[in-house]
Amino acid sequence: MKLRNKEKDIIALLSKVQREKKHNYIPEDKLRLIAQEAGLSYSEVYGVATFYSLFSLKPRGEYVIRVCDSGPCHLMGSKSIFEVLEKELKVKIGQTTPDSKFTLEEVSCLGACDEAPAMMINDKVYGNLTPQKVREILEELKKKK
Amino acid sequence: MIKELKSPLRIVLDNYGKINPESIEEYIAQDGYKAVGKVLREMEPGQVVGEIKASGLQGRGGAAFPTGSKWEFTAKAKDTPKYIICNADEGEPGTFKDRAILEGDPHKIIEGMIIAGYAVGAHHGYIYIRGEYLLSINRFYKALQQAKEQGFLGEDILGSGFNFQIDIHQGAGSYVCGEETALMESLEGKRGNPRFKPPFPPSRGLWKKPTVINNVETLANIGSIILKGAEWFRSFGTKECPGTKVYAISGHVKEVGVIEAPMGITLREIITEYARGMRDGKFKMAQVGGTAGAILGEDMLDVPLDYTSLKEKGLVLGSGAILVMNETTCAVDMLKCFLNFFKRESCGKCIPCRVGTEKLLQLATAISQRKGKEADIDLMLHTAKVMQKTSLCALGQSPILPIYTILKYFKEEVTEHIKGRCPTGVCKSCFLEFSL
Repeated sequence: MKLRNKEKDIIALLSKVQREKKHNYIPEDKLRLIAQEAGLSYSEVYGVATFYSLFSLKPRGEYVIRVCDSGPCHLMGSKSIFEVLEKELKVKIGQTTPDSKFTLEEVSCLGACDEAPAMMINDKVYGNLTPQKVREILEELKKKK
Repeated sequence: MIKELKSPLRIVLDNYGKINPESIEEYIAQDGYKAVGKVLREMEPGQVVGEIKASGLQGRGGAAFPTGSKWEFTAKAKDTPKYIICNADEGEPGTFKDRAILEGDPHKIIEGMIIAGYAVGAHHGYIYIRGEYLLSINRFYKALQQAKEQGFLGEDILGSGFNFQIDIHQGAGSYVCGEETALMESLEGKRGNPRFKPPFPPSRGLWKKPTVINNVETLANIGSIILKGAEWFRSFGTKECPGTKVYAISGHVKEVGVIEAPMGITLREIITEYARGMRDGKFKMAQVGGTAGAILGEDMLDVPLDYTSLKEKGLVLGSGAILVMNETTCAVDMLKCFLNFFKRESCGKCIPCRVGTEKLLQLATAISQRKGKEADIDLMLHTAKVMQKTSLCALGQSPILPIYTILKYFKEEVTEHIKGRCPTGVCKSCFLEFSL
């Protein structure tokens, strides 16, 4: 692992590690390695990794479901989206299903207010959600190996 | 693609939906990069700054600081190197206008950044795009590649001797990084905590060097101003706020999307003429400027939506987000939602914001659960006022606006909750206990 430049862009590095790592997270040994490479203390790198909401230091599911509950989505019914997800996946916000398939997270505005309520699953945005539509999306993902 | 409502006037969005955003040829065919040619061949850097100053263009991110002055301060700064940053960390709830520009016409932003670089003597630009905007990021990478191939970026641009390069920095999920100094910390690879100001970015910005930081929409105005002149730009909008604004409309209206209109258009015009009226129900309130913005009631429908007119009323236009709500919306429930947002996104660096956002949410939650007291209303106002005076950045300074304006219009509704009744029936626990 080599740093791009002397600017210590550890955020780009953390993103890269997380993307490549199974379970969508940054393990401690990688954090230590990044700190070493960047010439920073472990606590500094830990501070950065825990500041940004896209990073996780805990293993997450194959699909990270991030539901928006900011103003526009809340107004258009994001509560019912959380309810159906919690019921179908049998997890609470911040938890991962026992089969490591899904993690449910709450997220601040995704900038998809034109299709509120909206959520993001990994890299894809799903908008104009209804409880029925959410069930269908989950079914599709459950079928995928 | 984000729907564009029928815009009455297009400067920023003039290519939107008209050209393929992934084709530089189509952009060039619409006079794209002509402004870069013009400044490099015919204008001195000082003239470019002068033109932008004369146009009266103000920052479209929300703070409305005169763009020309920002450029002038940076141009005059002695220290080198200098940097240009495009703030594409659009995170204000209800705002998706920068995403429209990033996805629909990325070359317009690149063109603005090159011109800014030439004007202030910077050779390196960064665009900080929030990590959630993946399509924007991909399109921007493609656009940068094309601009390089065509010789608009790199060494000796168009044979002028001027060099300029742009790098993309991807955000990693943080609202506060939209604040300019927090964004710079983040660009430097650190936690996105805001810095004390002064010094301001034009003297000490990125890596402590003179920096211009402009919003996406601001930079998307630059090319047209250079080609058509400051006077042309001033013929639109109002005297104090020339030009257009791209508004993002969401909520209980028939048509949601972006719309570009001259500064000074009213909320009523936007809702009835362009968003085709309410989707269902009756207008109750609108939040203008995002979650950090004010609630406007029916009496504000005819106030011109521009920086100065709203400021005179103690309100803000902010990012230009407009969230329209009908009578089924509960004022307390929405307030709780706004305060939850601030609590979650507070970076924790300064105490007023870290403690205050938590306290405010607790108070609003108690009110919504029939556990509130009459005195809690004053306590909320007082807390938010202290935060406004003492917080380090706009995040902690902002909650006063939604709180104050909700109480201005819906104090009775809040008091009803304290008595144990949610008039709209949205706050369930309140409602249930009451009906028992």
